[in-house]
Amino acid sequence: MAKKEWQFEKIEPEKFNMVGMKQDESEKLADKSVSFWREVFLRFSQNKLAIFGIIALVIIALLAIFVPVFSPYSYREQLGIYNAPPSASHWFGTDDLGRDVFVRVWQGARISLFIGITAAVIDLIIGVLWGSISGLAGGRLDNIMMRIADVLSAVPYLLVVIILLVVLEPGLLPMIIALSITGWINMARIVRGEVLSIKNQEYVLAARTLGASTWHLIRKHLVPNALGAILVTMTLTIPSAIFTESFLSYLGLGVPAPTASWGTMASEGNKALTSAPWRLFFPAFFISLTIFAFNAVGDGLRDALDPKLRK
Amino acid sequence: MLRYIFKRLVYILIALFIIITATFFLMQLAPGSPFASERDFPPQIEEQLNAKYGLDNPWYIQYKDYLVDTVSFDFGESMKYKGRSTNDIISESFPISLTLGIEAMILSIGLGIFLGVIAALYHNKFPDYLASTIAVLGISVPSFILAGLMQYFLAYKLDLFPVSGWKGFNYSILPALAIAITHAGFIAKLTRSSMLEQSSSDYVKMARSKGLGKWTIVIRHTLRNALMPVITYLGPLTAGVVTGSFIIEQIFAIPGLGRHFVTSITNRDYTVIMGTTVFYSIILLFAVLIVDILYSVIDPRIKLKGAKK
Repeated sequence: MAKKEWQFEKIEPEKFNMVGMKQDESEKLADKSVSFWREVFLRFSQNKLAIFGIIALVIIALLAIFVPVFSPYSYREQLGIYNAPPSASHWFGTDDLGRDVFVRVWQGARISLFIGITAAVIDLIIGVLWGSISGLAGGRLDNIMMRIADVLSAVPYLLVVIILLVVLEPGLLPMIIALSITGWINMARIVRGEVLSIKNQEYVLAARTLGASTWHLIRKHLVPNALGAILVTMTLTIPSAIFTESFLSYLGLGVPAPTASWGTMASEGNKALTSAPWRLFFPAFFISLTIFAFNAVGDGLRDALDPKLRK
Repeated sequence: MLRYIFKRLVYILIALFIIITATFFLMQLAPGSPFASERDFPPQIEEQLNAKYGLDNPWYIQYKDYLVDTVSFDFGESMKYKGRSTNDIISESFPISLTLGIEAMILSIGLGIFLGVIAALYHNKFPDYLASTIAVLGISVPSFILAGLMQYFLAYKLDLFPVSGWKGFNYSILPALAIAITHAGFIAKLTRSSMLEQSSSDYVKMARSKGLGKWTIVIRHTLRNALMPVITYLGPLTAGVVTGSFIIEQIFAIPGLGRHFVTSITNRDYTVIMGTTVFYSIILLFAVLIVDILYSVIDPRIKLKGAKK
C-alpha cells in the first residue's frame, strides 16, 4: 500500500460554538420508522441486476400472453415456407415444417413459465405444510417426517423424473407431477428450520405466556418471519423447474408435438444447426434469459431480506 | 463417526430399495414393449421371447427374480441388442463416461475457483465484473444449449474442435466444457463470496500487516478456508456431471453410459434401464456420502448429525 502523508490543518477554537443540550430534540427520531417490508423493497430496488430481472420477466410474460393471441400465424400452422431465415414477415424465421418460430417461441414461453410457476406453487404448498407440521409438532412425528424427507432426497432426482415420465407418457400434467415429486423437500426443510428457530425465540414464549393462541402465533409471528426464506426459495425453484423442463423436453420426454416448448425447440434446432442455426438461437436465448432473470430476482430478494446487510 | 456412517448406509439401502421397487413397478405400468418395434412376428415368437425374459410370469415372481438379480448385480441380457448383457454394456461404456466426467469435474473446479479468486481479489473492479459475468452466464445458460452453440461456433464455423464423436482427447474438450461451465459458475460464486468473507477477517488483516504478498496470502491462508463451501458443492456437482452426461453424450454422439441410459428408455429395454438406474443410483448415493464424510474430516468444526448422542 502506498504511504500517505497526512497534514492536519489547525482548527481555531473560535470556529466552535456552544449549542447546549435540548432535551426534546435528543430523543426525537430522525426519520419516520420504516417498516420491514418497505425496507426490503428499498434495498431490492437498489439492486440493478434484480430490477433488470423483474423488467425482463414482465416483458417475457407480456409477450408470452399476447404474441400468440395477436400474431397472424398460429404456433401449429404450417405455412409452406421451410427453414426460412429471419425476415420482416417471420421475425425469428420458420422451422422445417414451415411454422413461424416467433410465435412458437412465445407459445413455448407460456408452457415453460406455466410449468415453472405451477411446480413452484405445488412445492410451496406441500413444503410449507410438511415443514411447518414437522417443526411445530416436534418429537416423534417430526423425526419420522424428516427421515422420510431424508430418504426421498437421497433418491437421485433426475433418474426418478426420467423414469416417471417414461411411464406417464409425455404431457403437461406428468411433467408437473414429475417436477414436484421431489422438489418440495427443499422447501419443507427450510420451513422447518425457520419454524424451529422462531419457536424457541423468547418473544414467542412471551406471547404464549400472555395467552396468545397457536393460531395467533402462526399468523402474527411465524408467517411474517418465515415469509422471506419461503419467497426466496420459491423464486429460485422456478428457474430450476424451467431448466429441468427444457432438459427433459430436449431428451424427448417433454410435452408432445405440435405443442411448442423451449426445450423441444432447442433440441430440434440443434439437429438443424448447420442449415438453420436461428432455430437454436432464439429458444436458447430466451431460456437463458428467463433462467437468468429469475436467478437475479431470487438473489436480489435474498440480499434484500438478509438482516445482516441492513444499513 | 462410525455410527454416522452406519446410519447413512442404512439410508442409502432404503433409498436404493425404493428406487429399485419404484423402477420395477413403473416399468410394469409403462406402455409399450421392448419387442414392439421389431417386424411383425407371429404371436408364438413373442410368447417365446416373453418366456425367455420371464415376462409371462405374474408380477410377484418377476419382482422376486428382479430383486435377486439386482442383489447379485446381474441384470441379464439386453432386450434390444441380442447377446449383449447389461453388465457388458455398463462395463464397456462406463469408462468413457467416467473419463468425460472426471475431465468435466476438474474443469469446473479449476475454472470455478480461478474465477472466484480473481473476482474476490479485484472486488468491484473490472476483473470482478468480468469473472462474475462469466459465472452468471454459465449458471443461466443450460448445458445442452451451450453444447449446441459451441458445436456451431467453435467446431463448425471456426473448425477448432471436432463436431462430435469420441476418438481422442480433442473430442472430449467441448463436451467436458459444456458439462463443466454451469458448475464452474456456481463454484465461482461460492468461492467469491467466501473469499470476500475471509478477507475481512482478522487473520488476513494480520497477514497483510506483516507485509505478505497478495498471492501468498491467498494461497497460504484465505483459499484454504474459503474452499469449505466449495467442498459441500462436490455432492451436487457429481450428480450434475452424471445427469449432464445424459444429454451431452447424446449431442456429441459419445458412446458412454449416459447415452445408453437414454436410448434404453426410448427402446423400453427394461433390463438395461433397470441395470443403469441401479448403477447410477449407487454411484450418486455413495458420492454424496463420501463428500459428507470428507467435509467433516477437513473441517473439524463440523460435527456430523447423529454422531453424538
